[in-house]
Amino acid sequence: MRWMIAFLIGMPLAVGAAPIELRDFARDILPILSENCFSCHGAGKHKSGLRLDARELATKPLKSGATAILPGKPAQSELVKRIRSTDDEERMPPPDSDHQLTPQQVETLTRWIAEGAPYQAHWAFTAPALPALPLVKDPKWGRNPIDDFILATLEKNEMHPSPEADRITLLRRLHLDLMGLPPAPAEVDAFLADTSPLAYDRQVDRLLANPHYGEHWARHWLDAARYADSNGYQRDKLRVIWPYRDYVIGAFNRDLPYDQFIIEQIAGDELPHPTQDQIVATGFLRNSMMNDEGGVDPEEFRTAAMFDRVDAVGTGILGLTLQCAQCHSHKNDPLTQEEYYKLFAFLNDAHETQPVVYAADELTKVTELKRQMGQIESELQRSMPDWKTREDEWERLVGQHQTHWIVLPTEYAGDSAEHWYVKQEDGSWLATPSAPRSTASFTWLCRLPHVTGFRLELLTDPTLPAGGPGCSPAGLCALSEFTVEVAPLADPVQKARVKFSSATSDFDPPIKSLDIVFLGAGASPRVTGPIHFAIDGDDHSAWGIDAGPGRRNRDRKAVFQCEVPIAAAAPPFPQPAGSVITFHLGQNHSGTAGDDRTNYNLGRFRISATTDSGNIVVDQVPKEIRDILAIRIGKRTKAQTAQLFSYWRTTVPEWKEANDRIESLWKQWPVAGTTLALSPRLQPRETHVLIRGDLHSPAQIVTAGTPAFLHPLPPDAEPNRLTLARWLVDRRSPTTARALVNRVWAAYFGTGLVETLEDFGIAGAVPSHPELLDFLACEFMDHGWSIKHLQRLIVTSATYRQRSNIDAVPYAKDPYNRLLARGARFRVDGETVRDIALSASGLLNLRIGGRSVMPPAPAFLFQPPASFATFPWVEETGDEKYRRALYTFHRRSTPYPALQIFDAPNGFASCVRRTRSNSPLQALTSLNEPIFVECAKSLAKRAMVEGGKTDGERITYAFRLALARAPSVAEMIELVLLVQTQRDRFTNGEMKPTDLIGLVPDRTNAVEWAAYTVLSRVLLNLDEAMTKE
Amino acid sequence: MWSPLVQSHSRRRFLNQCGVGLGAIALAELLGNSKAIAAAPNPLAPRLPPFAAKAKRVIYLYMGGAPSQLELFDPKPELARWQGKPLPASMLDGRPTTANDPDSLLLGPKYPFSRHGHSGAQLSELLPHLGKVADDLTIIRSMHTDASNHAPGQIQMNTGVPLAGRPSLGAWTTYGLGSESADLPAFVVFSTGTKNVSGGAATWGNGFLPSIHQGVQFRNVGDPVLYLSNPPGIDARTQRDSLDTLARLNAMKLAEMGDPEIATRINSYELAYRMQTSAPELMDLSTEPRHVLEMYGAEPGKTSFASSCLLARRLAERGVRFIQIFHEAWDHHTHLTAGLKTECEKTDKPCAALIADLKQRGMLDDTLVIWGGEFGRTPTAQGGTDGRDHHPDCFTVWLAGGGAKPGITHGQSDDFGYKITDSPVHVHDLHATILHLLGFDHTKFNHRFQGRNYRLTDTAGRVVHDLIA
Repeated sequence: MRWMIAFLIGMPLAVGAAPIELRDFARDILPILSENCFSCHGAGKHKSGLRLDARELATKPLKSGATAILPGKPAQSELVKRIRSTDDEERMPPPDSDHQLTPQQVETLTRWIAEGAPYQAHWAFTAPALPALPLVKDPKWGRNPIDDFILATLEKNEMHPSPEADRITLLRRLHLDLMGLPPAPAEVDAFLADTSPLAYDRQVDRLLANPHYGEHWARHWLDAARYADSNGYQRDKLRVIWPYRDYVIGAFNRDLPYDQFIIEQIAGDELPHPTQDQIVATGFLRNSMMNDEGGVDPEEFRTAAMFDRVDAVGTGILGLTLQCAQCHSHKNDPLTQEEYYKLFAFLNDAHETQPVVYAADELTKVTELKRQMGQIESELQRSMPDWKTREDEWERLVGQHQTHWIVLPTEYAGDSAEHWYVKQEDGSWLATPSAPRSTASFTWLCRLPHVTGFRLELLTDPTLPAGGPGCSPAGLCALSEFTVEVAPLADPVQKARVKFSSATSDFDPPIKSLDIVFLGAGASPRVTGPIHFAIDGDDHSAWGIDAGPGRRNRDRKAVFQCEVPIAAAAPPFPQPAGSVITFHLGQNHSGTAGDDRTNYNLGRFRISATTDSGNIVVDQVPKEIRDILAIRIGKRTKAQTAQLFSYWRTTVPEWKEANDRIESLWKQWPVAGTTLALSPRLQPRETHVLIRGDLHSPAQIVTAGTPAFLHPLPPDAEPNRLTLARWLVDRRSPTTARALVNRVWAAYFGTGLVETLEDFGIAGAVPSHPELLDFLACEFMDHGWSIKHLQRLIVTSATYRQRSNIDAVPYAKDPYNRLLARGARFRVDGETVRDIALSASGLLNLRIGGRSVMPPAPAFLFQPPASFATFPWVEETGDEKYRRALYTFHRRSTPYPALQIFDAPNGFASCVRRTRSNSPLQALTSLNEPIFVECAKSLAKRAMVEGGKTDGERITYAFRLALARAPSVAEMIELVLLVQTQRDRFTNGEMKPTDLIGLVPDRTNAVEWAAYTVLSRVLLNLDEAMTKE
Repeated sequence: MWSPLVQSHSRRRFLNQCGVGLGAIALAELLGNSKAIAAAPNPLAPRLPPFAAKAKRVIYLYMGGAPSQLELFDPKPELARWQGKPLPASMLDGRPTTANDPDSLLLGPKYPFSRHGHSGAQLSELLPHLGKVADDLTIIRSMHTDASNHAPGQIQMNTGVPLAGRPSLGAWTTYGLGSESADLPAFVVFSTGTKNVSGGAATWGNGFLPSIHQGVQFRNVGDPVLYLSNPPGIDARTQRDSLDTLARLNAMKLAEMGDPEIATRINSYELAYRMQTSAPELMDLSTEPRHVLEMYGAEPGKTSFASSCLLARRLAERGVRFIQIFHEAWDHHTHLTAGLKTECEKTDKPCAALIADLKQRGMLDDTLVIWGGEFGRTPTAQGGTDGRDHHPDCFTVWLAGGGAKPGITHGQSDDFGYKITDSPVHVHDLHATILHLLGFDHTKFNHRFQGRNYRLTDTAGRVVHDLIA
């Protein structure tokens, strides 16, 4: 890395080292003004016309004639007069306010005005520029530019760096920092044997290329993304969004440039021709909580989710406390409430979707199937040169004699299970998904002369699972019974049931038993099948719409012909003329309330009526094909033309064989799951400023925009999320790169260069090494926003490689190690505590990605009263329970105890700085939690089988598995004593080995195994075992 | 900013707190010769609040689901006469009575009231036992809140704001005062209802405070604390042997590295060990005299609200700072009459017993007991004529002991119990008053997080001096 210094020195030094006086304002004056004055005299409020947040405003004469600040003339400055006044009426801040200045602060402000009241922009609101390298007295210590910055500060404070840590400590540190897993003894031996000067760099390269690197660093990002596998709030139901987690892992592993990473997460769906990955990435925004408590106002919680998204962008990406401006203009930073809602408006343009996602191998399969189908279709076209003429003729024919349908303006008339339906502009109803079986009723005031039939359309919708039209996880549903009642308007209780002579649909599946998932506890078996099941008077049988993977999520329709036309407005009904028609949509094919996976109800639907005479049957041409036919021939896209052909060919009798071949290809279509994502909304929502953040107090409408104190938007930018995303990662953004490099830094050193990882605003912490921060930010951006480049730079620095022993003198000077006169030493994060135990014991299942797993957890947590409602925590049986902790199913209301006790966040909001506690509950967990105990047993077994014959060999081996190093003599004495005492106790019958380790065939072995289990339990609980040194 | 950790802690003090056991002795020897630096301060060391406090500890009887004030504490004879009629339009103020059912009709109270004690407190016939301690109660009939659904309402009642993520009242209390128990957690939580509180763990969460301030859930059956028991095959002696070895090895590491976190970890393992003894001892109600068990209606080994009340007293005696019992059972949209009777039968006697028992032990003066849910219920009916919906605009909470003014009924509502007509008390005001009783100025008791000073009362709240003795 020496080259880098040469490189830097060779550069023209465009920007001088940050001048000290610049930070004097930021460090000494701004915090006083911001804390005590800005709430009344800042960007938000300007009482008496005074604003102190900008020099030109603060030095302007006020209406009263006075001037708050006259630079160089404190005696004539109103501000000085007021802060020194002894008159309670005059004094500022007002004596009854929360704010009071200390005499020292009064002195500081006075002196500052005497010196000319220089203002400087807050350091973090100016884009970082590459600083010059500082001069250091000891040129030999540093390995790369990071060290120059660190050493210069140490020298200024008359401190010295610590020596380099020993190699084993270094390797374990690297492993834990880059992968979150400890090194195996063989890896330690290989490193010790590598005497090349490049040995260390080789380890860095090896670990950065290891796919477990992505898992470890994804975990950091997932905190900021408030990732969880449940919806939050009262019922806290399961959600499927783990494809987003896997996307993050993949992005770190392939070192996706951070700017691209952000763009995809904010607006991947708005990129041209987005890939599946880019759509999955928008799960970042979808990680907000959702409330499905009965009777809640969906808009209220949608708004809460939008606030959460603005917060996630602020905390997770910008490092700014945007959320403070939700209710009023920011008290410290120059962010107005209106600007907050302008950012909100950017995010307010999306549909919340649940698209189908394919795993990598499934995606390959889909591409291959599409290719084969395309090939067969091309062959068909070649085999029939006049196919186009015939298709046109078909189009002409199906355009004739269509039934005229009138979409009914129905009204919601109740639902037996309190489901909510939201009326759509096209007359359809959208259900808010909820599982229990129900009958939904809708009424229509009929004033037509007569009605001969009804049409029920099941419609797809971007917000339904897999796009609908149903609510099941695959977007399916079943209609158990369709019943219609008619009553005269004059006497609406006189209801008569309408009889149907026929029911037809555009899709009639074969009869099939309802999947066991949807049965629900104690429910009787049910079937799905053709449309007549919807009018057979039996709610065990239902019309089903499952056309199999790849073709499920399409609009469907059914038509019901009245046996006798309903003579609505005609006599003998008395006046007022008209009748009330009530539609009952029986949905008896769902499972258990509260478990969305068992939902099999309708998603979006619409009812129409006709007055046509004759045979009323369904139009066999699907809706999406009708929609294409409605477009003039020259105006259709290539894809539409192809889609039309794909439908038309199925109607050509002589192509039966080819059609069958394609049909068999459809049967191979992979069954895929879904994730939560966003899709662009064509009609953006209106965004209002909400007074005090209250949905019910909307003020003026705002358009999308960015805060004035940050870098500008490009002119004429579209007001969409993609614009926001690109703006966030603009090279001129003052905080985006700084916030990220600071967080990466904090992951290594325990504290950020700016301690408030979440706040680079005026009230945030002053950076310990501002030039280093800017250097890292620029270096990061100049190297293509490469996170791996940043990691390499940090771990190859001499600063990082220092030993972490604490010596009394430097400790007294710098107890929190902000100046880094030593390496960092702290307890690893909860997930890593667990992964270390799993890894040392050999139990760890290293499979990457996939659904979240449910390792053993106390069952009572998922039952009332611990859980609001019973939650289906299905404990893993195989080695899935030994997956890395990252994959543990994360339920917000009952987070996995063994992680939560070690400070894993619960996912309520974006978290970029975990607390790091040290509590007795942690001790109890790592001593007694079942998986930790299994780890102790398994580590004991490894020591016996792989460690050697003697106690010394075995103890050394187990010790190395847990701590990487071998025990000292003193440690060995303690451990041998422990093993001997316990062996004696197990041998002489004081304790039964089988109680601890279960039944084993051979008693001697059982005693040994039990004694070593006691030992291993101690090893895994050592402070050093769960600490990065 | 309030900072509980400013006191310096000497090494000697750390050693004193480090506890018992061979490990600690070996550690003390080791430290005597080491270059180890002063231990990190114990975040749960007992501390005095900035102002003189009346209450030293809190027992919060949380009634999840929101009990009907109209059947329990706020008698409305007029409402009976209006049964079956709609609320007068003039009262609606453009606001529907309930989210679900805008056309619902008024419903008369289901139970009669009578006066109790010298104070003449009006209580429902469902609360005969509470009547006996009526003169110790501070009944607030004019509570109001912002949220009208359970999860947000419960989270607001416990953390001040309706969204999850802020510290709970219990967390703030232990953050400010630490704990007087060296052997038990500072903030203990029980759940005794038919299901969990809707707000889940957020209602006793630590928010952005260190996780040591989070409520620790105790259960009446099985391990009272998660992972408290040793695994099968590890007896007490092996546990002690193991922890001694662990402490010695950790002490060697401490001597080598000088990192005070190692000392804290040794300390944590010793407290864990003490909890393994003290928690089961605490939970063993069979040592209580029969008349005490009967007074509460508690049965040893059985989960109930009554047992939890008795355990709360035992925890209070042992110096635990904040005890909260979540009884989620009061969401009576339907079956109001029978449901209230059932729940009052479960809770009335133990509530009264707790107050009487604390009093006879001289602990009521410095123990603040709080009773209440997240909101009240509507004067209008729901689901026929035997249910009431959520009502955030007017409900009842009562306090006892801990410096609250005994024998008063504070605030008033209109003839329907629909709106407050006198002395409203917002959740923030209640919190401000509770903090005042604990010796804190709610406007100064804050924690800096994400660039802002946060406090329990957010940006509002005033101390209700009428509630203070």
